[in-house]
Amino acid sequence: MADEIAASAAPENGAGPRQGRSAFQRLLTVTIGPIVGAFLLSAVILLLVGVNPLTYYGYILERGLLSGLGLEQTATRMAPLLFLVASLIIAFRSGIWNLGTDGQFLLGAVAAAASAPLLVGVLPGWLVLVVGFVLAAIAGAIWSVLPAILRAYQGVNEIITTLMMSFLGVLMASTLVKLVLLDPGTTVPQTRTLPVADRLPRLFDTSISSGLIWGLVAVVAVHLMMTRTSFGMRLRVVGANPAAATHAGLSVPLLTVAVFGLSAGFAGLAGAADILGVQGNVRADWNPAYGLMVIPLVFLARFNGYASIVLVFFYSALLIGSESAARRLGVPQDFTLVLVASLLICLGLGEYIDHKKSRKER
Amino acid sequence: MAQPANAAETLSPSGGAELVGLVNVTKRFPGVVAVDDVSLAINAGEVHVLLGENGAGKSTLVGILAGLQEPDEGHLSVNGKRTRLASPSASLDAGISTVFQHSMLVPTLSVLENLILGAPWWQSSHRAGVEARMDELKRDFALSLPLDARTGDLSLGQQQQIEIARALLRDSRVLILDEATSMLTPQGAEELGARMRQLTDKGLAVIFITHKLSEAYHFGHRISVLKQGRLAGQLAPEALSALSEAEAIEQVVTMMFGRSSDSAEPIRRKTTATAQIVLSVEGLCTEGDNDVLGLDRITLDLKAGEILGIAGIDGNGQKQLAEALAGQRPVTSGRVSFDGADITGLSVSERRRRGLRYLTDDRLEEGTVGAFAVAENTVLKDIGEPPFWVSGIERPARIADHARDLIKRFAVSTPSEATPIGRLSGGNIQKVLLGRELTGEAKVVVFNKPTYGLDLQNIDASRDRLGAVAADGTGVILISTDLDELMALSDRIAVIEGGRIHGIIENDGTGEALRLRIGRLMAGEMDKETVEV
Repeated sequence: MADEIAASAAPENGAGPRQGRSAFQRLLTVTIGPIVGAFLLSAVILLLVGVNPLTYYGYILERGLLSGLGLEQTATRMAPLLFLVASLIIAFRSGIWNLGTDGQFLLGAVAAAASAPLLVGVLPGWLVLVVGFVLAAIAGAIWSVLPAILRAYQGVNEIITTLMMSFLGVLMASTLVKLVLLDPGTTVPQTRTLPVADRLPRLFDTSISSGLIWGLVAVVAVHLMMTRTSFGMRLRVVGANPAAATHAGLSVPLLTVAVFGLSAGFAGLAGAADILGVQGNVRADWNPAYGLMVIPLVFLARFNGYASIVLVFFYSALLIGSESAARRLGVPQDFTLVLVASLLICLGLGEYIDHKKSRKER
Repeated sequence: MAQPANAAETLSPSGGAELVGLVNVTKRFPGVVAVDDVSLAINAGEVHVLLGENGAGKSTLVGILAGLQEPDEGHLSVNGKRTRLASPSASLDAGISTVFQHSMLVPTLSVLENLILGAPWWQSSHRAGVEARMDELKRDFALSLPLDARTGDLSLGQQQQIEIARALLRDSRVLILDEATSMLTPQGAEELGARMRQLTDKGLAVIFITHKLSEAYHFGHRISVLKQGRLAGQLAPEALSALSEAEAIEQVVTMMFGRSSDSAEPIRRKTTATAQIVLSVEGLCTEGDNDVLGLDRITLDLKAGEILGIAGIDGNGQKQLAEALAGQRPVTSGRVSFDGADITGLSVSERRRRGLRYLTDDRLEEGTVGAFAVAENTVLKDIGEPPFWVSGIERPARIADHARDLIKRFAVSTPSEATPIGRLSGGNIQKVLLGRELTGEAKVVVFNKPTYGLDLQNIDASRDRLGAVAADGTGVILISTDLDELMALSDRIAVIEGGRIHGIIENDGTGEALRLRIGRLMAGEMDKETVEV
């Protein structure tokens, strides 16, 4: 009985302001503090390599967020990242660690790039794009069939199989471009190019691709599916406790296969969004590796769609800003990764400190 | 099987010096006294058998000797000296080795590597040294092992030999075998019995824990019976050798299952059974493997309003039976009819829809999703069903209403329906599960250990609820390891052992005699009076 009393007392503690520490102090520990810490940590590294961190951060802020063109680029960059967020939210909320999104992304991109330019003129413009997206989703999903079946029916760990399939997928995409889908009109190994006029329409008078809108729709739709529908509930039960799912009469293997298919399908859509919206073609050596970049963001957002959108926005700004900072200051573009890594470490530390403090209070 | 005459001969080394002693040992866990003022002497040259039902305190006693737990009161003595065994390595240093029921070997390592596992890191692992010692063991105990074989490839019997050899290589004087025969074939068990004799002939002491009475008689020199944490009785070597097998088993059964004089027989529920058969199982078999026992031709009937008890020692196929009935476990042959229709091939959810419900014994790992709210857990088995979901869209308000109603009807104590269910106590989680299974048209409910791990108040409430369910005309299958519970509630009691139903006995209210009959069947003995149904 004693634990019941404890259980009934606990939420009152949680609802009201905690004794000793205000909500603001918590915010400071888990959010603001770590962000400031990460920028300071990266500043130290920049100083060590002889770059003024204030100038660097200034460029990022100016190019990624404050200038009109930079903001448009940031928004356009968000589109493929958002589709990947949708892909990962489905998988992670269902307890499936799909780490093969890069391969699925590239194969989706290749499928879109291979089909769309050939269909221009044959089909109406909007249908060309639809077919491109659908084929990309199918290509991505096909690349997850093997890990899906191994996981669902043999219990093989999907972290390893999806990663391996991802390497194969990246090479496969490059091989397809070099051998099969080569544009005869150029000497560079790349697919045929989708004319700018036939790509995803731009928003209003800006250069922002409408892929952004579809990406936002995808994330919100996936978020609602996972939290508000019976299908999402089934997936969450499977993810949280497969034994309980079996006990409740759910077909765990079938649902697992469905999760792989959906997740990889969205990764394929991400590829299509980048090709049909921005790039227009796939070069044989092209691999932006967005998939692995997005994983930490989805974790930080705790698999919440809305929070992910905010994080993706800031991350895109960081990417765009650091690209131009790299050109002007000579700091390698990969320095973004240093910044993101410091941020992750500091957020983790903040989380740890908060946990310890709240334990002490009890 | 060793003949009684043989047994008498090998009893000669009894009366050896005491190697390990427990002196007035008591161990408490929250809510229970697991071991209650137990004194035992483990003597050199003796196979000391520990018998007892589930929860009698055997495992705790083993834990204390193995250095996993320390007694709250009383103390241990090793070679006559008062000693603390504060850690597993202290226990090993004191010369006590434990072979647990489930193998403690690394399956991917070779036999040799497993043998030297746990030796201090500064000692080099001289293969030659181990080989020489193994030759000795082969000469003394006929233990021969393929040193280079991969451990996982060997049979369970051989794996057990590795563990015994490891204990001998450590020069242990006391060997604890915890339910060592439960996973072995009858022949393997007999080989193990012979091996125990060889060990005791060399002056070692063996503590042998088993559920099978004939093994206890044939392999043991001394039998101690634990009951509810107390030492219920002991058969010393002289007494044991003077008894025939039947007499010894009679005495042990009385010690194990007999009522202590100070408590009354439980009051039996009035039967509410009707003539209508709602569930009928014929020749049901499931597949077994090394870890999970298969079911062997289970046949039983259940009438509406009847409570059919399933008695047995834990792990004899009860869970598999419940899962096969619920549709969670594939059936290899046999037939299940429910309400006149064959449901052998139906899915879990279809069976549930028809009114066949299963309340699992594993509340946390299987019955609930701990991180989900109480409300979500109340509809875990109805995902997608109206009125909680309408064309696939969740209706949170309806789910919350349903949950609040269930919380009120089943007196669940929870801050709110939005509290994660993992924060509730076991008794309250059990009430939520009860509510979930009894909601709607339940015609047959399979209860797997419904009162296990609950406090007294919740146990009484759960038992009352069971009686009420049957009184409403629902057929109830009550799986329990608690004989008192079964005798208080059941109309008939089926005894399951080794995946087979050993007999179905009318609960005729004969109390003590009935208890002993069931006890005998549970311990793997045959019963001549049993009527096969």
